[in-house]
Amino acid sequence: MGSATIATVQQEGALIARLSGEWTLARLPPPIAGVETQLRDLSARAANWNLEGIERLDSVGAILLWRAWGRQWPASLAVTPAHRHVLERAAGIVARDGSGGVAERFPGIRLIGRIALTALKDLLGIIALIGQVVLDVTYLFSHPRDIPWREFSANLYKSGAQALPVTALVGFLIGVVLSYLSSLQLKAFGADIYIVNLLGVSIVRELGPVLVAVLVAGRSGSAMTAQIGVMRVTEEIDALATMGVSRTLRLVLPKVAALAVAMPLLVVWCSAAGIIGGMVSANVQMDLAYGFFIDTLPKVVPVANVWIGMGKGFVFGVMIALGACHFGLKVRPNTESLSAKTTTSVVTSITVVILIDAVFAILTRNVGLPG
Amino acid sequence: MSASLRPPAIEIRGVWTRYGDALIHRDIDLVVEAGQMLGLVGGSGSGKTTLLREIVGLLVPNRGTVKVFGHAVLDPDPLVRRSVRRRFGMLFQQGALFSALSVYDNIAFPLRELRLLDEDMIRDLVVLKLGMVELEPQHGRLMPAELSGGMIKRVALARALSLEPELLVLDEPTAGLDPDRGENFVKLIRMLQKELGFTVVMVTHDLDTLAGLATQVAVLADQRIVACGTPAEVVAVDHPFIRNFFCSERTATAMQKGAR
Repeated sequence: MGSATIATVQQEGALIARLSGEWTLARLPPPIAGVETQLRDLSARAANWNLEGIERLDSVGAILLWRAWGRQWPASLAVTPAHRHVLERAAGIVARDGSGGVAERFPGIRLIGRIALTALKDLLGIIALIGQVVLDVTYLFSHPRDIPWREFSANLYKSGAQALPVTALVGFLIGVVLSYLSSLQLKAFGADIYIVNLLGVSIVRELGPVLVAVLVAGRSGSAMTAQIGVMRVTEEIDALATMGVSRTLRLVLPKVAALAVAMPLLVVWCSAAGIIGGMVSANVQMDLAYGFFIDTLPKVVPVANVWIGMGKGFVFGVMIALGACHFGLKVRPNTESLSAKTTTSVVTSITVVILIDAVFAILTRNVGLPG
Repeated sequence: MSASLRPPAIEIRGVWTRYGDALIHRDIDLVVEAGQMLGLVGGSGSGKTTLLREIVGLLVPNRGTVKVFGHAVLDPDPLVRRSVRRRFGMLFQQGALFSALSVYDNIAFPLRELRLLDEDMIRDLVVLKLGMVELEPQHGRLMPAELSGGMIKRVALARALSLEPELLVLDEPTAGLDPDRGENFVKLIRMLQKELGFTVVMVTHDLDTLAGLATQVAVLADQRIVACGTPAEVVAVDHPFIRNFFCSERTATAMQKGAR
């Protein structure tokens, strides 16, 4: 038992190539490409091959020989029947045909078209999902026994209650940073006390809802997409369907409802943390008394801003949940698709949130702002 | 070349396994010679799959040694470990194909990992392996999710065979296949075994599979191996599990069919 060896013998004027040893993937001396060149050289000179000394021949060895022979049987070949069978298998491989697929024309334009079509399809899908959720809600009005309370409360806990620490921390820190940076500018104009107006309006109306939306999209949106996606992969959603359970009613609706309830509350919570952070920073930086800050806040920030913030939270929450569920239901049964859809879900949610925020800014430009 | 000079394909000595308080294996000894086809049977929860996972080094026994081709599967030297792992292929119960890769790339994966072969050679090998498991080259373009249960098993077998293993480990090779396809799959493995001469270790519940493939049978019950030998020897052993498992009428016909 030895590794693969090649020998040549001169016999009656003809050159005989004699191979012996183990011609297997494990025993062929690396680099295998080197062995192949050696065999090719030999194949050009010798037409007679004696393979009877080979102890083991596997498909790698067989393909190596077959390719060295130029994909045809040599003029004379001595080989044991078992090894001939292995060689016949290698001979059965059809050589690669030249058709490597026709190259696409205008790849750039096609790419843009494909992206546009995908976006359109996703838009239609989300609209259909909204329609289905509305239908489910009207159904639940007449069948209140079917309301999925348990799923609703579980989602409320997971995406609402468990998000409280992180939203408070982020809100507080943003408040501190914003207050610190603004106070540097305001001091230059002697307009210190306007820090209250600045912080109040920007955090309550704008930063609170957007910050919470980004956090929730990353935290709960991705989790929802991944959960529904895995349920698709493992056919659990099909199992639900065969039991006569509506997937939108049991999976989508509780998530949408939970975020619709949790998001406005999280917005208030995060805004409060932001204001407190700003207040602490203003106190440290500019000696602004806490009492003065708390007194002034309601006077300079009309309560309409709080309602706008909560309204935004509600819309953002619904959109994040709908987007997450839509992309989760689109996951195809493989790991690559799961990761791609989760990414798309989060990216789309955040983009949509920013877009809706711009629309809100235009629609509410006359509400809750002084002057 | 004689078999006696080679170390046994698998050598299990004094293996104990515990999950928490539950004792799974109590002092198990098992030797599989090269070229044998061993069927491992036992009741549900008797630790067959655990033993299989210990053979391929996915689990570590609490006590005892597992050697494959004379080397410990969990040898501290990573090079030894890798060279041992390249000498066996495993067929998982659900196939365990990489769902993000096509059939072609699934079979090519272990070959590319070797970093010894060029892409042309790999292509030829993949087509050859597909042919071995009776699939067409154009099936290579399919994704695992598009395959039927029988095809998944075939592709998984092709992948397990891609490195020309000397030992093939099968976990429930015919589970989830209808009897007809199961029988075809058994025939395929038997044909390939005859041709390539690898050793087979399998766990199975299916008597037809056992009768069709196994030249040796080991029975796991009461946390140990209660019988090991040729099917005829094992059936003769007097043990409640063996009586239940083998000595029904159905078994007798299956065994006769396999013995022909």
